[in-house]
Amino acid sequence: MSNIKYILGSFGDPDEMLHGIEKLKENNISIYDVYTPMPIHGIEAKLGVKRSRLDIAAFFFGITGTITMLTGVYLATVVDWPLNIGGKTHFALPDFIPITFELTILFCAFGLVGSYYASTHLFPGRAPRVMDLRATDDRFIIAIDAKTNTEHEKIDELLKGAGALEVKHNERKYVSYE
Amino acid sequence: MGTHHYNLSEQFEFTGKVKILSIVGIFVGAAAIAFGFLSGAHERTFANLLLMAYYFACVCMSGAFFLAVQFVAQAGWSASILRIPQAMAKTLPIAVVILIAVIGLGLYTHNLYHHWHADGLTDPNSPNYDQLIAGKSVFLNVPFFLARQFIFLGSYSIFAYFVTKWSYNEDLTGGLESYRKSFKYSCIFLVVYGFTTPVFAFDTIMSLEAHWFSTMFGWYNFAAMWVSSLATIAVILILLRKAGYMSWINNSHLHNLGQFIFGFSIFWTYVWFAQFLLIYYANMSEETVYFYKRFNNYEFWFYLNLVMNFLSPLLLLMDRDNKRSENILLAVSIIVLCGHWVDYYQMIMPGIFEFGPKSGSGFGILEIGIALGFVGLFTFTVLSALSKKPLLAKNHPFLQESLNHHL
Repeated sequence: MSNIKYILGSFGDPDEMLHGIEKLKENNISIYDVYTPMPIHGIEAKLGVKRSRLDIAAFFFGITGTITMLTGVYLATVVDWPLNIGGKTHFALPDFIPITFELTILFCAFGLVGSYYASTHLFPGRAPRVMDLRATDDRFIIAIDAKTNTEHEKIDELLKGAGALEVKHNERKYVSYE
Repeated sequence: MGTHHYNLSEQFEFTGKVKILSIVGIFVGAAAIAFGFLSGAHERTFANLLLMAYYFACVCMSGAFFLAVQFVAQAGWSASILRIPQAMAKTLPIAVVILIAVIGLGLYTHNLYHHWHADGLTDPNSPNYDQLIAGKSVFLNVPFFLARQFIFLGSYSIFAYFVTKWSYNEDLTGGLESYRKSFKYSCIFLVVYGFTTPVFAFDTIMSLEAHWFSTMFGWYNFAAMWVSSLATIAVILILLRKAGYMSWINNSHLHNLGQFIFGFSIFWTYVWFAQFLLIYYANMSEETVYFYKRFNNYEFWFYLNLVMNFLSPLLLLMDRDNKRSENILLAVSIIVLCGHWVDYYQMIMPGIFEFGPKSGSGFGILEIGIALGFVGLFTFTVLSALSKKPLLAKNHPFLQESLNHHL
């Protein structure tokens, strides 16, 4: 039993990498993830990545902001300290639309930044976890889980055949942990 | 990127049911106008003619604006749909003639703009003397008013004519010369258009109630005309696709149009609300009179306006899948187009008929008939213009980007 955890195919060209993905799929080898230095059109569909749910989260963060502000205004202007301002009703809604709008955006933005950090395991002061450092520079990486896909030689062959410049067998998942 | 096999010189044929229906629409409109004048409702007929002529001209000139924006932004995604706004821009001169005729006849017969155009309003010795109108008469007098209409609408029409002509030339000769020219004159046009449309809106609509003024009114009208033009482009595009044309349009193009309609509906609401909030908050009687009329005699239209133009695009187009769906985008575009009719209705009618149905306004045969007439006229003229040239600007420099558009 080898200790290899991940097999990384390192490509110098995005088209060759897409070709590699096709080859692996044809042979029923599951792909753990793909790392590229730039966005590539249509790669989500090819990998079968599910659509991000960030927009749904954004909606609920926004609604939370709206409700918070309207509740706050109601408590302040009606329950706690009613004042007569220009003969208007105490809860003069149009007056508070701008601030409600601001708080909706504020909650939405902070909520999304928080969700982003939580889902990518990134936050200030923490070094990012990277499987191959050159994926941030000039290489296109396909990562394959070596524990679930046991035919390591066949994977090597497929990746090389598709044009991989280098195939690595890593015993650690990430090269940087700090 | 895969190769594609589209018919680059596909041409739209304007025949059959659509043509007959649009001509029927024009006759319905003509019948409604005749009915209006024969039944003695001159003012109401003129108000509706002004509403629809203004709407027609605004949609067409925003078609020219759409072209200018795409050229100045050097946008690639839209290169394959440009023939639709070009057909709208090409129709602009017809719309301009109709609008100026309605305004001129309305002024001449005193059915429109009688708030600032009547005998003795600016004469201190007359019993009709109105100090406020006299103060504004340097700007708001008939010759200068008509001159402004001619200059503004004329300059939009000239730009619209040339920007479509250059694109047709490009089909024949290729090269970048047409694109460079379009870019240069689009930059100039945007500056002219940006400064003159608010004044155009002040003149045509706001001066119906010449005592009242709002500096937001021009942007409010700009937002309305721009979003209704975008919705028109979406409707034409989707209906053409349903009829089997423009197979190169994918749902990423629809997504872009959907974002535009969504975004500018929100912008419309923002400007509408900016005008409303300041008046509500300051609570000065010379300003609140505008909303007083609308709250008391047009309450239903006032709220319907917000539901159709803000809530429906907000809730129906927020989701990504909805923007990419032909049927939902078509439905929302039609709601927004009807919504902006309501928007113009509650801009114009309370200015002419202050007390609502009691004083002569209403919603009936006249409103529906004249609206149908102009829809028929718009369909007929725009589709005739569209059928003259191929549906694809085949030598547009960004055409490949548009054909491979993917979001």
